[in-house]
Amino acid sequence: MPERDEPTGALVRPYAVTRGRTRPKLEIALEALVETTVRGRSGIRGGQGGSEHQYIAAMCDGGRVQSLAEIAARMQLPLGVARVIVADMATDGLVAVYEPTSLDDETDAVGTELLERVLSGLRRL
Amino acid sequence: MSHRPAAGRVTSAKIVIAGGFGVGKTTLVGSVSEITPLTTEAIMTSAGVGVDDNRQVPGKMTTTVAMDFGRISIDRDLILYLFGTPGQTRFWFMWDELVRGAIGAVVMVDTRRLADCFAAIDFFEHRRLPYLVAINCFDGMQYHNAQDVRDALAISSDVPVVSCDARNRESTKNVLISLVEYVLTMRRTRAVAPA
Repeated sequence: MPERDEPTGALVRPYAVTRGRTRPKLEIALEALVETTVRGRSGIRGGQGGSEHQYIAAMCDGGRVQSLAEIAARMQLPLGVARVIVADMATDGLVAVYEPTSLDDETDAVGTELLERVLSGLRRL
Repeated sequence: MSHRPAAGRVTSAKIVIAGGFGVGKTTLVGSVSEITPLTTEAIMTSAGVGVDDNRQVPGKMTTTVAMDFGRISIDRDLILYLFGTPGQTRFWFMWDELVRGAIGAVVMVDTRRLADCFAAIDFFEHRRLPYLVAINCFDGMQYHNAQDVRDALAISSDVPVVSCDARNRESTKNVLISLVEYVLTMRRTRAVAPA
């Protein structure tokens, strides 16, 4: 299997698992958290979906939420490829995607509360 | 004293760790991360670097940009990620994604190679992302004091400049705490007196 040793620099090879699609159905942030849904879990048991879907569903199951970045890194897939796959799974209801809390509005109490939680969490480390 | 979010929704936040090649970004991430730092890669056609839409570009020349990152579970429902910037500052397309929604940035400085961090500081100032400067003391040696570094970088007097040992968990923790405190102070000031 000599092709396995080829460098993965060509754009076409990484995107083969998405059948060439480079545009995700949803925009998902690098640090957005992904969790397998009940439907996604039964899909794994039923052996449905591609192997990437099953791998991601298993990885983000049982309360182990993972970010898009972690999924990409652990599957050794480029970020863009992982984003297309996770967006497909979210569209099909196999995973839930939790976007990060926005910090853009500086007067917003939700963002300030999040920062306070981060600060007290870091102090407890 | 547990802070339960009202909705009980899991969420995440991120801090960007920037600085020149070899300044200790991954070391700093690894010293507090609960996982061994992971590497995620983004690919981009080199003709499309800096261009938002690359659909017209044939996939001939591609560039891989690698970012190391770590994870800290703040509590059950909140996970903090630390993302190291790609070593080569010309990959701005990845920096855009990194800073979007970030709490702020730590700019790591090796005082023997101060100029390595100029591009990062320019970028964060342009994007109005709060940052602090962390002088990484290699082998416990700090070659310049904080004021010298502040003068050399020509940064605003309110930007914190701290010293750290990136290998040391407590030291890294303190850098992150300083950054979040700084961001919170800025927010409170602006909430009282909106610009």
